[in-house]
Amino acid sequence: MNGPVFYWQALNRALDAEMALDDDIITLGEDVGLFGGTYRVTEGLMAKYGEWRVRDTPISENSFVGLGVGAALAGLRPIVEIMTVNFALLAMDAIVNIAAKVPFMSGGQFALPLTIRMPGGVARQLGAQHSQRLEQMFMNVPGLRIVVPSTPQDAYWQVRQAVRSDDPVIILEHERLYFSKGPLDEEAAPPPPHQAAVRRQGTDVTIIAWSRMTEVALAAAELLKADHIDAEIIDLRSLLPIDWAICQASVEKTHHGLIVDESSRFAGAGAEIVATLHERCFFSLDAPIARVAGLDIPVPFNGALEAASIPTEEGVADAVRHLMARS
Amino acid sequence: MNRDLLRSLVYDMLLARTFEERAAQEYANGRISGFLHLYPGEEAVAVGVLHAAEPADYVVSTYREHVHALARGISARQIMAELFGKKDGVSGGMGGSMHIFDGTRRFMGGYAIVGETFPIALGVGYAIAYRGLPEAVICFFGDGAVNQGTFHESLNMAALWRIPILFVCENNHYQIGTEIHRHSAVADIHKRACGYAIPAEKIDGMDVLAVYEAARRALDAIRNEGGPRFLEFETYRFRGHSMADPGAYRPAAELQAYLHDDPVDSVIRAAETADPTPGKQAPIRAQGSPPSPFRGPAWESLTAPDIESLRAEAAAVVDDAVRFAEASPAPTMEDAWHAFRRNRMPDGPSAP
Repeated sequence: MNGPVFYWQALNRALDAEMALDDDIITLGEDVGLFGGTYRVTEGLMAKYGEWRVRDTPISENSFVGLGVGAALAGLRPIVEIMTVNFALLAMDAIVNIAAKVPFMSGGQFALPLTIRMPGGVARQLGAQHSQRLEQMFMNVPGLRIVVPSTPQDAYWQVRQAVRSDDPVIILEHERLYFSKGPLDEEAAPPPPHQAAVRRQGTDVTIIAWSRMTEVALAAAELLKADHIDAEIIDLRSLLPIDWAICQASVEKTHHGLIVDESSRFAGAGAEIVATLHERCFFSLDAPIARVAGLDIPVPFNGALEAASIPTEEGVADAVRHLMARS
Repeated sequence: MNRDLLRSLVYDMLLARTFEERAAQEYANGRISGFLHLYPGEEAVAVGVLHAAEPADYVVSTYREHVHALARGISARQIMAELFGKKDGVSGGMGGSMHIFDGTRRFMGGYAIVGETFPIALGVGYAIAYRGLPEAVICFFGDGAVNQGTFHESLNMAALWRIPILFVCENNHYQIGTEIHRHSAVADIHKRACGYAIPAEKIDGMDVLAVYEAARRALDAIRNEGGPRFLEFETYRFRGHSMADPGAYRPAAELQAYLHDDPVDSVIRAAETADPTPGKQAPIRAQGSPPSPFRGPAWESLTAPDIESLRAEAAAVVDDAVRFAEASPAPTMEDAWHAFRRNRMPDGPSAP
């Protein structure tokens, strides 16, 4: 066990470790080379691996993501960085129409070992166009995998697993996690990339979160101790597929569930999780599973309004108290 | 002219026409469903370009790609079975008319969203350049695709990093029903490549010999000098955009003029002529093309019986392909899940 390290450092070490092992791995994106990545994730890689393996691209998202698909079809294992998830909207054709579908449309002839990294989430006063998650848009696309690491340890291993995967994998990083610190064990065998993690054991209520909302949920659990409510926190780690078995076992134990979703509530990831868990655990529940989510409004620029538009630890704790009072 | 090459060009032109006309019949018979985009009129482009390519070169194509696939050597059986949506289709019945893939022949797919072939070709070419191999990518697209952002984005990157791509514009003058002067401010498409410093030429796309020569020169230049090349082939589709389109927006006189310039008839006329110089008198013809090595003393013509035997062979191959497609079983949902999962990691998601 080493560390603690920053989340961005864990990502950087993962890229370095994989690129050192396999010449077929290349990385490309805006400012990933000389500049070292806007969040430092690709720092030092161009000096070590050269321009053909660490390629600065023009501002052409749809075509450089499509380049990644074509290179993967020809046998490379590209890692494409999209500077933020918001710019991925310009590359939706390459991601949704091409990457997700070619392995299937070809009758299974082609593997597609493509990794697409992108940060997202509500950071600090970046305005509505730079404060989205959008995971729900990708979740509705069969053929993709989506991982959402919340710790340096997961960031490190989920990147390495994504690079070794023969499927297109989207890694949704979070802008407010890059400079968070945590331990990093580069030796221990990691769990499967889609396996959820129980971050806190509890008996009374299951709180399901992912990415930065995991720390919000953990903080809420501390607040709830004063109410003698013992919360179990599940970090999904993967949104496509979702590890239903761990979620179901927990809800059947606690009889209460709450989802924390940073994105807007309507038709968000939380809606899918609530629906599926109701189908699976209905008769174990003492109350309907609830959601705490972003408001259905573009994220305001003003700092106080911005904070009020996404889930907070107090908001999550209040929602849990309300949920427990209903049963 | 190498006689085997001439014979092969003529045969592929005949096979292309026969296959597509039969596909139209089978669509009318209800055995092919969905969108069906046919190629009659444009055969010289696919056949000429792909005869100039090496087996190690890659091909990235559009939704009007049956003939690209045939000219690449994919069997008429496998292509027809894919059009029928059958299990023995080249994409297992999961792709259909617009999504023909054959990894063994480096046929990297038919793509049905206009403008997708550019970035795919860019990525395949990037892999070639990174590995330093003497290979190239043939990137097909129509005149309608040149106004997509990916055209400009990808040409820029291809030129910037000297990626070995032969951009092949099949300019049939229509994006579905919108004539080129109504969709493009600059209708001389090859001139757009100048904006990215990519050497470009306009060639008569109704003359398979001219197409072959131009593609050969361009591919030689890519291999010897590096970087991309761009060829605009002026051509015409004799049918509508798809089987759902009667093509009523085109002036009858225009269609008639191009029908007189039928590329299949033209190559047969040329092949049967002892000395085809100076070639046919076409209503439209690219200006300034260099003299052809096909014309002159080295020319070895084919006889009328040669042509008839090629025509009969093409007809027999297409008949056989239809029988094969009919007899092939329909794929099951299990086959669909298999196609979906076969490349997945062992710990991957399971079916619902």
